[in-house]
Amino acid sequence: MAAKSALTAEAERLPLARALAGRRALGRLLIADRTALAGLLIVAIVLAVAVAAPLLAPHDPNAQDVLNQFKPPSAQHLLGTDQFGRDELSRIIIGARISVLTSLAVGAAILVIGVVVGTVSGLAGGLLDGAIMRVVDVLLAFPSVLLALAVAGTLGPGLGHLAVAMTLVWWVDYARLVRGLVLGVKEQQYIESARALGVSGRRLALRHVLPNVAPPIIVLATLQTARLLLALAALSFLGLGVAPPTAEWGAMLNDGKNFLDTAPQLMLYPGLAITITALGFNLLGEGLRDVLDPSLR
Amino acid sequence: MTYVVRRVAYLIPTWLAITLLAFLIAQLAPGDPASSYFERLNGRPPGRIELARTRHLLGLDQPVAERYLRWLGQAVQGNLGTSYSSGLPVTHELLSRFPATLELATAATLLAVLLGVPLGVIAASRRSSLLDHVTRGGSLIVGSAPGFWVAYILIIVFSVKLRLLPSFGTGGLSHLILPAVALGLAEAGLLARLGRSSMLEVLREEYITTARAKGLPEWRVTWQHGLRNSLNAVVTQVGLVFGFLLAYSAIIEVIFVWPGIGALAVNAINQRDYPMIEGFVVFTGTVFILVNLAVDLIYMALDPRISLGSQTATAAG
Repeated sequence: MAAKSALTAEAERLPLARALAGRRALGRLLIADRTALAGLLIVAIVLAVAVAAPLLAPHDPNAQDVLNQFKPPSAQHLLGTDQFGRDELSRIIIGARISVLTSLAVGAAILVIGVVVGTVSGLAGGLLDGAIMRVVDVLLAFPSVLLALAVAGTLGPGLGHLAVAMTLVWWVDYARLVRGLVLGVKEQQYIESARALGVSGRRLALRHVLPNVAPPIIVLATLQTARLLLALAALSFLGLGVAPPTAEWGAMLNDGKNFLDTAPQLMLYPGLAITITALGFNLLGEGLRDVLDPSLR
Repeated sequence: MTYVVRRVAYLIPTWLAITLLAFLIAQLAPGDPASSYFERLNGRPPGRIELARTRHLLGLDQPVAERYLRWLGQAVQGNLGTSYSSGLPVTHELLSRFPATLELATAATLLAVLLGVPLGVIAASRRSSLLDHVTRGGSLIVGSAPGFWVAYILIIVFSVKLRLLPSFGTGGLSHLILPAVALGLAEAGLLARLGRSSMLEVLREEYITTARAKGLPEWRVTWQHGLRNSLNAVVTQVGLVFGFLLAYSAIIEVIFVWPGIGALAVNAINQRDYPMIEGFVVFTGTVFILVNLAVDLIYMALDPRISLGSQTATAAG
């Protein structure tokens, strides 16, 4: 109890923690920042589409209609049809599910792994810290997309393999960031007080350290989602993701590339969907950074 | 000097770890590599004796640790094994295709620097102008678009519709333009943003105020005093961009049928050519850490505060 009030008292003096503690205040700041607001709107819309995709899609995304291939946009098919006469708009909408939700799932997995590893490494110090950081250094010494490409390519095609490969490769960014932040707050007085009061390691990490290092992690998580989305699209474009006929944005581009002369619009829509979604997360991340840490503006 | 020695010595454990990583990735391969190797050669699954013989031939009957050490011993001598698909030495194939990747990455880096840095500097010197907003917005947009998609948009516009530039292959500058733009555009945006923010930081310094107070024209304040001092951060980033583009050119190479190592690697992945995948990981990792080393050393040469240790740091700062 005493430790908790010490934390609260300290938090009052920390502008970052205070901004985060008052969630309503954070919301106000986000809305005031135009970059963040634009990003928030795009992300909210894309997430809503991804979640409600089956309800929103006007047609069955896999229903073929060989008499209506490569149709231009019409009232029936707002974005036209693809090489099998399938409704392009429905495929984009259903595709949001796999593309966005997979990126978010991988993002959540690497966030948890990275935060746990980084916190343990930072708090433990010594040999364990040294060993963990060597692994992180090596993984960072290698370009992530290529490593994911090699791992996913070796495991063989499939969305699950792709997600595993991306998770194995991408957690290191968080681990390094979190470790650095933990080292920064570790010597702060409120952590020392909590320690002196006999707070256990896990409780110390969860209640006292993590809340105070959260803002930069949130910013990274948002920007990271955009990166994961682009990487997933690229790897899936190379044929490492979903199997046909599943609609996924990267795989749709892989299909569309065979009809550059006759139906270039098939290359346009999935790419725009990826770009707009990634832009939403990037804008939100940049906006969050401005709001949470005005000195970087 | 001790820093340089330590920095170079640090390459060895990192490089060893990269080889271990490459070796372990190949162990992830599903199925029995000996069986698939035999099947590839003979077009039918092996019998029991044939399988044992193939396994022995490939050294797969040895313990994993021993196989790694043997493989490493050969890798140190530049022997990365034989490609399953072409039957040629992996090192030979990688080295013969590396110049094409180098050419593409160099062109893309040049483009990113020549486009990004001036835009960033101008945006910073005219803060909140229309150009500043367009630069910031544009850099975010190109950074959010998948590079491979940008490549196809360029092909559709400049090859299919306008018929101005070839959409694939090599041969002269015209073949280089589209892949270099597709590869370098996002990095141009990154450099513009970085150039802008480090320039803004420098423009707040007192010596800039002094230069202005002396009555220097604004362009000299910006381009001579400002740019020179914000260059450190930019140069480091340019080095990183180059290493990044060398590694990330794979998809662009595939799209433009560019005969580099990236296209070779993607091909190897499709063909399940494990020695080639291993070789590619080792080769790219080696190039990447060497580029990072070069970046560190250049950074050190540019900023004497870093190279000579803490005593001079206080003196210089």
